[in-house]
Amino acid sequence: MVSKKYYFKGYRSILTHDSPAIALTCCFIAIGALFKNLGFNIQESIFSTVLTYALPGSLVMAESMLIGASLLNIFLAVWFVNARLYPMAVSLFPLMMHKSQPKWKYYFSCHFIAVSAWLIMKSNYKKIPKEHRIDYWIGIGSATVSVSVIGTFIGFSFSEYLNKDMMMGLAILNPVYFLCMMVGAAKTIQITLSVVLGLILGPIIYLLSPEWSILLAGIIGGTIAYLLGEYNVS
Amino acid sequence: MSANIVYAILVTSLATFLSRFLGAVTSEGIKETSKLFKWFNCLAYATLAALIARTIIFPAGVLMDASYSSRLVVVLLSVFVFFISKKNFVYPTIFSAICMTVVNNYI
Repeated sequence: MVSKKYYFKGYRSILTHDSPAIALTCCFIAIGALFKNLGFNIQESIFSTVLTYALPGSLVMAESMLIGASLLNIFLAVWFVNARLYPMAVSLFPLMMHKSQPKWKYYFSCHFIAVSAWLIMKSNYKKIPKEHRIDYWIGIGSATVSVSVIGTFIGFSFSEYLNKDMMMGLAILNPVYFLCMMVGAAKTIQITLSVVLGLILGPIIYLLSPEWSILLAGIIGGTIAYLLGEYNVS
Repeated sequence: MSANIVYAILVTSLATFLSRFLGAVTSEGIKETSKLFKWFNCLAYATLAALIARTIIFPAGVLMDASYSSRLVVVLLSVFVFFISKKNFVYPTIFSAICMTVVNNYI
């Protein structure tokens, strides 16, 4: 079963002074308000946050529903946008794999892969014994999902009090917070180059292919950063 | 619950879970010291950075109504606050929300 000690240690990680809780709550307040404007009820809004738990995917679903897209179109659009979760999972799970842990924990907890939880885990995993990292991760994931649900509830409940300026303020929080976390995480040549190249290539490739821009920028920028880093080491 | 909305939520969560699950399954054979792991780590950071840049420069939703220059000014000032606050994540985040409202209304 899950070790309570490490689970709650992970859960408490969002209570630190530089926690993502504030940014995450604000982002999901905006999402909650958006869901209400789309005609969702409170159950549907919370159901969506818990099951999807990925901001860009939720935004794409909302936009697709606004224009009356089919379910297949929604699936493909969300899949393209959230394909970034694949390399994020591959670059995180090997750090948590341990023979003593059952596989269901990994398959279940992959649902928690999202930018905030991923960055918290990447910053803290060295402090946790490898055997217990998965329990710590499940704690982080549970905490970030809880915060997201609270944000969605607040946003849904108070949507009529949120004017356009407030919504804009809430919407800019998310990219700023993640950008600061990424800059803070850039401590090696490879990671720094990956971040810089991703920031430059993302918008450039978007002009050529909006659907594929994030994936292509990630593959091209990440590969160049990896090769330059390896060359530098050798 | 409306059936259409529930189907849309289920389809969205399935599309999202697919990438996560495939990532978890694939990573079973990858060691954290391997070159493949390092490469995927670079891909993940570059992909996230690309997503952030796209969100700021080509946003969806309510941010589309803010001008390109105002978004850029807010982000640059927030990164500046991040550095002068000794890399604290909370100050620049709160600053960005207030700054966005001020820049969009008064400048």
